Amino acid sequence: MSVIYVMWKRQITKYFRSKSRIVGSLGMPILFLIALGFGFGSIYAKAGGGNYLEFLAPGIIAMTILFTATFSGIEIIWDRQFGFLKETLVAPVSRIKIMLGRTLGGATIAVFQGLIVLIISLIAGVQLANLFLIPIALLFMFLTGLVFTSVGTAIASKLEDMQGFQLIVNFVIMPLFFLSNALFPLNEMPDFLRVIASFNPLSYGVDGLRFSLTGVSQFNPFLDFIVMIIVAIIFLVIGSKLFSQIQA
Amino acid sequence: MGNIIEVKSLSKSFGDLKAVNKISFSVKEGEIFAFLGPNGAGKSTTIKMLTTILTPTKGSIKLNGFDVAKQGNEVRKSFGIVFQDPSLDDDLTALENMSLHGALYSVPKKVLEERTKQLLQIVELWNRKDDLVKHFSGGMKRRLEIARGLLHHPRVLFLDEPTIGLDPQTRNHIWNYVKDLNEKEGITIFFTTHYMEEADKVAERIAIIDYGKIVGMGSSKELKKKTKKRSLEDAFISLAGKQIREEEASNVDRLRTHARMHRKR
Repeated sequence: MSVIYVMWKRQITKYFRSKSRIVGSLGMPILFLIALGFGFGSIYAKAGGGNYLEFLAPGIIAMTILFTATFSGIEIIWDRQFGFLKETLVAPVSRIKIMLGRTLGGATIAVFQGLIVLIISLIAGVQLANLFLIPIALLFMFLTGLVFTSVGTAIASKLEDMQGFQLIVNFVIMPLFFLSNALFPLNEMPDFLRVIASFNPLSYGVDGLRFSLTGVSQFNPFLDFIVMIIVAIIFLVIGSKLFSQIQA
Repeated sequence: MGNIIEVKSLSKSFGDLKAVNKISFSVKEGEIFAFLGPNGAGKSTTIKMLTTILTPTKGSIKLNGFDVAKQGNEVRKSFGIVFQDPSLDDDLTALENMSLHGALYSVPKKVLEERTKQLLQIVELWNRKDDLVKHFSGGMKRRLEIARGLLHHPRVLFLDEPTIGLDPQTRNHIWNYVKDLNEKEGITIFFTTHYMEEADKVAERIAIIDYGKIVGMGSSKELKKKTKKRSLEDAFISLAGKQIREEEASNVDRLRTHARMHRKR
């Protein structure tokens, strides 16, 4: 337990120490929220969709979590380059615990970042449907963080250096974000896009978040929860398996 | 006393390159054992295999009675290591690096505090303990690395070129501490070095490795006798040849240098 805790704490300490990273990584979500939210707002309302900003905000919070979480998983590559990874690999503790600590740390950081975007959304005018659903929102944020930190860990365990980084951004993170229900309502999509988005775990995270923040959802929130739990377990297993096989 | 490390026909190939080629040796419990060899001879590769972070192509290793291939966790509980290249977390302070290590090796809190202070004083970093490691010079990082490696007292301590780039005073301090550990706690020391006089002075037995093979093994005296040379350095050259070896920088090394350049800009 203490190993999981120290690895978790390391992530948190490093996060709060890098103020520029906190601020820097909020730039894009805020831009998306303001530009898209207000830009498409009136068209969306005219089309009978209602308040686009409120529809969009959970999607952007999930996006923030997706990016933060995947990047903290990928941080393993940095640790490999700067050598710290070796320190953890030779330690007399199970690598699964190390992976778990890191992943929980990454997920926690992702939730922090998501919360900041949530607060900004509230300032921008998003109204919460039900304050009592905030813990549910936090749960979905955490699960989303867990899934994508594990995905990042799994990928990073297979990469030797930072050269594959752009590849991951363009072929993993961006598609996950755009091919989901984060920006568009699922039931208005062409069939092929809807099918893809339905297989994207991010869609369930977004949907659960959308339900708990704005009261609207396209799937059953309970289904969202089940899917996210199962996906989180699958990727935790894959991630810890690949992490355990790392060679220095 | 029995053998704490037993290596049998150990090999590691990277593609066509045989980094380590069928080496066998054993280290007795409580012994100070040195690995000498030119650059790229296979010293670090061997240490990596002994410490479970690299899987051998062939051969077997037993450490503290455990099979390195099958009982990774038990093996890891038996040793400590100071790596040749950096393995600190630059974004944490010196003290945080120490306590993280203490937690990973379950050093009791009180012992951790005492030893941290003692070791940081030995390497003269106690007054910089709350500074972030990224603000340290290369030599300071090296010193912290060694202090951290000595924090827990394992059965076997691996030191991969521990004193490279350190001034004679610090080197002296560190070797005194290590010898003390060896005498008082019976910890087996396995180290690699480029400094002949270090091997000569500290090691009870020396293995000379070249092109992935062990070309000579024994006490300093035995090696000198065998090669009919006066000094260990001459014995070493007579066994390993005079040629200077080119070591190919790995991808990781190159990137690390690159990243460093970026940060300095």
